[in-house]
Amino acid sequence: MSDKNAHEYWKSNIRIVLSLLTVWFFISFVCGILLVDVLDSIRFGGFKLGFWIAQQGAIFVFVALIYAYIYLMDKLDDKYNLNRDAEEAVGQTSKESEEIR
Amino acid sequence: MSVQIWTFVFVFLTFGLYIGIAVWSRAGSTSEFYVAGGGVPPLANGMATAADWMSAASFISMAGLISFLGRDGTFYLMGWTGGYVLLALLLAPYLRKFGKFTVPDFIGDRYYSRTARLIAVFCAISVSFVYVCGQMQGAGIVFSRFLEVDITTGVIIGMAIVFFYAVLGGMKGITYTQVAQYCVLIFAFMVPAIFISILMTGIPIPQIGFGAELNEAFGGGYLLDRLDGLSSELGFAIYTEGQRSTQDVFFITAALMFGTAGLPHVIIRFFTVPNVRDARRSAGFALIFIAILYTTAPAVAAFARTNLINTVNNAEYSAMPEWFSKWETTNLISFTDKNNDGLIQYVGDPERNELEVNRDIMVLANPEIAELPNWVVALVAAGALAAALSTAAGLLLVISTSVAHDLMKRSFMPDISEKQELRSARIAIFVAVLVAGYVGINPPAYVAQVVAYAFGLAAASFFPAIVLGIFQKRMNKQGAIVGMIMGFLFTASYIVYFKTINPTIDNASGWLFGISPEGIGAFGTLINFTVASLTARFTPEPPKDVQAIVEEIRLPGEAIAH
Repeated sequence: MSDKNAHEYWKSNIRIVLSLLTVWFFISFVCGILLVDVLDSIRFGGFKLGFWIAQQGAIFVFVALIYAYIYLMDKLDDKYNLNRDAEEAVGQTSKESEEIR
Repeated sequence: MSVQIWTFVFVFLTFGLYIGIAVWSRAGSTSEFYVAGGGVPPLANGMATAADWMSAASFISMAGLISFLGRDGTFYLMGWTGGYVLLALLLAPYLRKFGKFTVPDFIGDRYYSRTARLIAVFCAISVSFVYVCGQMQGAGIVFSRFLEVDITTGVIIGMAIVFFYAVLGGMKGITYTQVAQYCVLIFAFMVPAIFISILMTGIPIPQIGFGAELNEAFGGGYLLDRLDGLSSELGFAIYTEGQRSTQDVFFITAALMFGTAGLPHVIIRFFTVPNVRDARRSAGFALIFIAILYTTAPAVAAFARTNLINTVNNAEYSAMPEWFSKWETTNLISFTDKNNDGLIQYVGDPERNELEVNRDIMVLANPEIAELPNWVVALVAAGALAAALSTAAGLLLVISTSVAHDLMKRSFMPDISEKQELRSARIAIFVAVLVAGYVGINPPAYVAQVVAYAFGLAAASFFPAIVLGIFQKRMNKQGAIVGMIMGFLFTASYIVYFKTINPTIDNASGWLFGISPEGIGAFGTLINFTVASLTARFTPEPPKDVQAIVEEIRLPGEAIAH
């Protein structure tokens, strides 16, 4: 892989990580801690929203974030033809050369 | 069958299973011993990570802690799960690509310095050691309470089992026993939770029952409203409202998250999968498996609290069920009839309150309080032991690899053969088991407390050094060394100051910015990041070959050949 590609790959990687971490910070620290009392004025079923995010909702979001990361990085790896089994790579060379140009 | 016979059956069967796995997965090489040969499938590694991570504290104490902390218990829930997002996004894939055996290995190579490696060894051993003593103690307590053997015998049985499979199988044996232990512990945690959710709300999913209406027998209305009502009626803090200051909760949560991402025994689990993609995937599996317990725990906390109040408050002492006297003998629950009316007053006002309840009882006795079948009660013991032993094994491995690999092979005795290294690793585990067992039997007063601080120390030492090593090519050995030392020293001194030197001012007005010793690790992390970055600016940049390594670990693909 060329230096230019490596550099671009890393930049996209940083972008993905930063945007996911923004969500991570927002849901846990902002919604679950800083704004918890405000959100508690909203109710659904037997839960106050702030309390629910702090004790359960944030954890579901954490799981979703890791899966979003796995999905986005897989796509990025494919785009740059990284981390593929040798035989798979052989079968897809033509498609990749198109994508990467 | 009685609870005790059921308990013997479960403990005997699960221990037999662990030993069977150990014999089947003996380690033959250092690579197998340190990282299970790097061939663990992501699903199995996810389970092993979850068991490695969820300790006796998660299983026995956490739900109970939350049931007494109410909303403030949030910092355990978010802190101990949110750290996995950091681990998955910032550490696991790159460390896997780096492809070494231990965390000090990464620090030592990335910062081209024996000093850095030795500091990392010191931090890894002290953090892991403190932590493992707590596990041994946990195992001893479970043995003594459920099987009525004394704590010493309990700890020795636990030591023997861990010793057997850790010494024989190393990481390979530990990994596959952890997979089995995860299954045991999650089953043991979920079955009583599901039972109690059905009993109280009619809903078999505890996470939903948490927000549902109670059955008529329990007074009707939403569970959390009922709990808030009972709390205010009896003078306890309102369950769904916070008591601690916002900045303290903020910092404790952050310290637990950074600490989770910096704990060596969790990080090394990601060295055991075949490649970078699998490292990402196994982080996902790990968090799912952990989330099953962590989203159930707050529900269990609320159910158990409501049920306890319903059962004991203003009830006649003489009419208490069998579990009450059983747990009274272990001093986990104690009653003094202050006004001599023969009734139990369980209230917030310490003058009138007649019942002292230990937080651990919320999980250990919960099935009995809810009058669940005997086999369900017995399951809890097997689950708690699985949680304690799996974590202990992971920690012992960190200690042994740090000694045999980083201290001997990589620092002071580079000429030893692979066979000798492997033998040293086994001897190191043996010694570590003995010392941990001794401390488990004769716990110094501070061990239990210090376990909680292990997170702050891991956060303030490892987390920044590893993250900077990956994301800042310019970070050099001077920066990393000064950062780790400052972060560790600041955090350790703050904790020691408030816990031993000047405990009288250990309260919100005495703390720096209102941050408790539990949360100070987050501040130590910031100090580490700042000091390291500043130092690196004014000292020479790292050599070209090290910068090339950094370039290399940023891209997935084959592990670097060293």
